[in-house]
Amino acid sequence: MVGRALNTLKVVIIGAGPAGVRAAQTLVAAGVRPTVIDEGRRAGGQIYRRQPDNFTRSLETLYGTEASRAQGIHDTFDGLVDQIDYLPETLVWNISDGRVFAVSEKRETTIEYDALIICSGATDRLMPVKGWDMAGVYSLGGSQVALKSQAVSIGQRVIFMGTGPLLYLVASQYLKAGAGVVAVLDTSSFIKRVVAAPKLMSAPDALINGLKFTLALKAAGVPVLTGIRPLEITGDVESGVSGLIFETGAGEHREIKGDAVAMGYHLRPETQLADLTRCEFAFDEKSHLWYPKVDEDGRATTANVYLAGDGARILGARAAEVSGKLAALACLKDAGAPVLDNEIMALRQDMACWKRFATGLREAFPWPAEQAAKLPDETVVCRCEAITAGELRRTVNAMGAKEANRAKAFSRVGMGRCQGRYCALAGAEIIAAAAGIPVSEAGRLRGQAPVKPLPICIEDDEAAAAISTVRELTK
Amino acid sequence: MAPRFYRLAETGRKVVNLTLDGQPVAALEGDTLMVALLSAHGHLRRSEFGDGTRAGFCLMGACQDCWVWTEDGERLRSCSTAVSDGLNIRTNPPEVSWSDVL
Repeated sequence: MVGRALNTLKVVIIGAGPAGVRAAQTLVAAGVRPTVIDEGRRAGGQIYRRQPDNFTRSLETLYGTEASRAQGIHDTFDGLVDQIDYLPETLVWNISDGRVFAVSEKRETTIEYDALIICSGATDRLMPVKGWDMAGVYSLGGSQVALKSQAVSIGQRVIFMGTGPLLYLVASQYLKAGAGVVAVLDTSSFIKRVVAAPKLMSAPDALINGLKFTLALKAAGVPVLTGIRPLEITGDVESGVSGLIFETGAGEHREIKGDAVAMGYHLRPETQLADLTRCEFAFDEKSHLWYPKVDEDGRATTANVYLAGDGARILGARAAEVSGKLAALACLKDAGAPVLDNEIMALRQDMACWKRFATGLREAFPWPAEQAAKLPDETVVCRCEAITAGELRRTVNAMGAKEANRAKAFSRVGMGRCQGRYCALAGAEIIAAAAGIPVSEAGRLRGQAPVKPLPICIEDDEAAAAISTVRELTK
Repeated sequence: MAPRFYRLAETGRKVVNLTLDGQPVAALEGDTLMVALLSAHGHLRRSEFGDGTRAGFCLMGACQDCWVWTEDGERLRSCSTAVSDGLNIRTNPPEVSWSDVL
């Protein structure tokens, strides 16, 4: 791509959250007309997801302390729409040979690129618990989407369980919106937060917001317990959730009642598309996550592929804006465009600050890997196909499958319609514990196209014409 | 069955009429299909693997737990489908043969 005139450079950005929007803005400013493909109906990503046009709640109601950042992203993107090729409600389902394969409204499009900036974001990271396959259990992020973009609560008496900053944020947002919050149950112990405090001071306003959420919950009389271990979500397979049994930090078993559970253990990156470009991955021992390898500015190991936002590293929305800019500048630099080194240096410094803050969060709210070995055999691991921890352990113990892809082939854990998004990380921990190996040796599930299920009736123009002819003839 | 979702605000919107398994459901303009159905009903579908009812999980198009079907057999991901007047939804996939599709 070196030497190409910038106005003919074909750059495709996947994702229109904070990283994708800032990447697009940076490219447009340099004279590039990028294509922005986004699965959402409107830009903003998950964090700055917009409500439908006929809703009237204020930005402050929707985004709280982040209202001005949300508005900044929305306004920036709205101002770019005439200078980019924007494909909303479009799913990228494959990447191969310098082309992106996308589908929208059952119609397929293929787009060639010189450079690709993937800003695919994150989803909730989940650890199974017995009963989590019942109706009324939602991911924390999903519970937030219900409130933010649809003004509904997932139940009348909601139990918030898991760990991470989102646990306190969403619970306090529910409380403020008038929903019933039964309890906030955190698997991380309070002392971890104290130890991580110096690193969390890298973003003092974010730390203070987190403390405010906890104080507001406590002031409203909501029990906030730390160091717990969930044992079972109770209920009925027909009518759904009725409560949660957990072990307190002191080792007592307790049961609380509720008609919904919002659960999550921080976030995991969406890396399937990066994987399809055949870039290399590395295991991060501290978080137990596999990340695509990137250099300081977001270059993947595959030429002309750049990664930004939580899909590259779980660093949060503000870091996503910075990494989106950096990835776009790296792309411009590689294309031979004049890029100021000072600008890159300043952005790298911002990223260093967010990395330190993210390390603090990870240490304060650790992934409870040790729960995997303790899950009873009857616990469903794969929600898609109701496959249990016992069945997965059997493939390890009786069939010798100690590698994630092999265990997937035997057990089908990771083969369902979510394609491992909600079971693969916990599944790897279960495999590793059963086999007595480090989780890094269990490996990671390979990304497969299509990265999400496609409607079987995708049409091209010829096929559409043929079908309508047959319909006419058979009338 | 009791509804699963509860509306907290934005209730002054225009009513949109749907049908769920033959029963009328009053939704609001701007609702996703999932929110419309679960504001009136306890679940979206039954797990085909025998572990009971399902009502969605991620609400962001990643888990595929919220599938429902139209009378024509078209599968919809209800968390990311907007409601429209007259939608006729089933919580079970209809039996459809190839000749029906054509």
